Amino acid sequence: MKETLTIALSKGRIFKETMPLLEAAGIQALDDPETSRKLILDTNHDDVKLVIIRATDVPVYVQYGAADLGVTGKDVLMEHGGEGLYEMLDLKIARCKLMTAGFADKPLPEGQLKVATKFVNCTRNYFAEQGRQIELIKLYGSMELAPIVGLADIIVDVVDTGNTLKANGLVPLEHMADISSRIVVNTASMKTKHQRLSTLLDQLKQAVN
Amino acid sequence: MNTWLLPEGINESLPDDAEKLEKLRRQLVDRYATWGYRLVMPPMVEYLESLRAGMGTQLDLQTFKITDQQNGRMMGVRADMTPQIARIDAHRISKGDTKASVNRLCYIGTVLRTRSAQQGGSRSPVQVGAEIFGHSGVESDFEIISLMLDTLHSINVTELVLDIGHVGVVNGVAEYAGLTKNQQQNYFDMLSRKSIPEINVWVIEQGLSDSVGAMLEALPMLIGSNDVIETAKERLKEAGQPVLDALEHLENITQLVSNNFPEIKVNIDLAEMRGYSYHTGIMYTVYLPGRGESIANGGRYDGIGEAFGNSRPAIGFSTDLRTLASMMKHTEIKSDGILAPFTLDKDLDQLVTELRQQGKRVIRQLDESSTAVSEQQGCNRKIEKQGDNWIVVAN
Repeated sequence: MKETLTIALSKGRIFKETMPLLEAAGIQALDDPETSRKLILDTNHDDVKLVIIRATDVPVYVQYGAADLGVTGKDVLMEHGGEGLYEMLDLKIARCKLMTAGFADKPLPEGQLKVATKFVNCTRNYFAEQGRQIELIKLYGSMELAPIVGLADIIVDVVDTGNTLKANGLVPLEHMADISSRIVVNTASMKTKHQRLSTLLDQLKQAVN
Repeated sequence: MNTWLLPEGINESLPDDAEKLEKLRRQLVDRYATWGYRLVMPPMVEYLESLRAGMGTQLDLQTFKITDQQNGRMMGVRADMTPQIARIDAHRISKGDTKASVNRLCYIGTVLRTRSAQQGGSRSPVQVGAEIFGHSGVESDFEIISLMLDTLHSINVTELVLDIGHVGVVNGVAEYAGLTKNQQQNYFDMLSRKSIPEINVWVIEQGLSDSVGAMLEALPMLIGSNDVIETAKERLKEAGQPVLDALEHLENITQLVSNNFPEIKVNIDLAEMRGYSYHTGIMYTVYLPGRGESIANGGRYDGIGEAFGNSRPAIGFSTDLRTLASMMKHTEIKSDGILAPFTLDKDLDQLVTELRQQGKRVIRQLDESSTAVSEQQGCNRKIEKQGDNWIVVAN
């Protein structure tokens, strides 16, 4: 029996920037997720499949072993927690920063800080390490709006160019972490398909450098 | 709120499953008895201090707590039976005598966990396992691994991967590196995630010497087939005798396993951190290709008995009865029952009693007017009166 290898990827930037690396390792997708509606893409190898899912679902698929490995941002991993996963390789793609942002000219309140974010775990840990008690407001998007309408004092979000912040009159404040995409591997797959996975990881590592 | 709703991760078994589980349970306990392992039945709850003795905070967080209404002390519902078995050995059986003879115990029972040990898993697994107390060495290591593999073979699961490591390697390297407690904690956290990119950055940040840094970076990559041990001996040479001894021990045990279980694929992982906090020697986990989680695991944990006043060498393994049952081939439940009428008749009663004594399943038709045919009640025969005699006939 030929063992199959399932790789979890998300559409968009991660897919576009990961494919050249996978191609260097000899894996080519036969469909383009931007035009195809298929969720499982065949590759030039019978026994290698790509599953196209939301970025935040990648760690879940890999933890459960529904995918042997996946590509996901460090921000997603920090937020999700790394249990049951090996984070073996930094692909150095889709780079950005996790930052706090707020108004440049408005001092932060002395008391409890109100922070709007979708990265609630990262934010809680970050401020806890600094010894600050905060009030967390979980949002799913358009974070920049929160300080403008007075919902929060600051926001925590990934910042790439900083243009969205600027357009809304906000500035980046504190740098929390550097983000790039990582290869995550299911712990059981790493043991049962070790040979195959370590070869692939070596090839990807060479492609990254 | 639906009154029929069970809490998340809490399981129950309907007759077909329950029958299978119970059969397997008896089969395993009998099997362990033939290896000389005697069954013990520890309590469902005991004082929290006893449950978490020597086991680290992870187990504490997994334990459901209740107050003893008689004295206000905290009790825990067992989340893992191993510390209970260690307590029974240390205090009840060997009675504080560190030189007491070798003791082999097995156990089976439901445990309760605040969070499942594995993603989406059960919070009420039926833990089954075996332990050897009072012997330290390759012999007992090998016996326990053999029994663990034998357990899996007994349900016809053979295509297995045995992942094996030794705590002494990581410990020895950390000691040689002279890491502070804080550094050690950070390093072990990254190691448990095999986060090679983070380790590389961290080693530079901490300003560790080149030779130490090289070792710390090598550890997460020391995973693979037997030749990993050779590589490790070379790359971790400077870490000193404790590390080399651990590697030597690991080599001996994997050799024994490979020779005696040629069908098992052995995978070495020198940076496996599962159960790191209480293990003291080899640690092992069994994987079944195609399953995203482990199916059995264990390791050496010498010295846990110290918390109970008697430090004894100990090694064991455990698995989950439901996991085992889920890997067994589906067996059709036979409808081999006999349907008997409810008629009050001494001769009929006697026949029914005799049949039951022979182990046959006899079901009384409670409602004579019922239209439920015997097949629907799991019967392929029935008792009829022919002339003066009650006899068993096919449907």
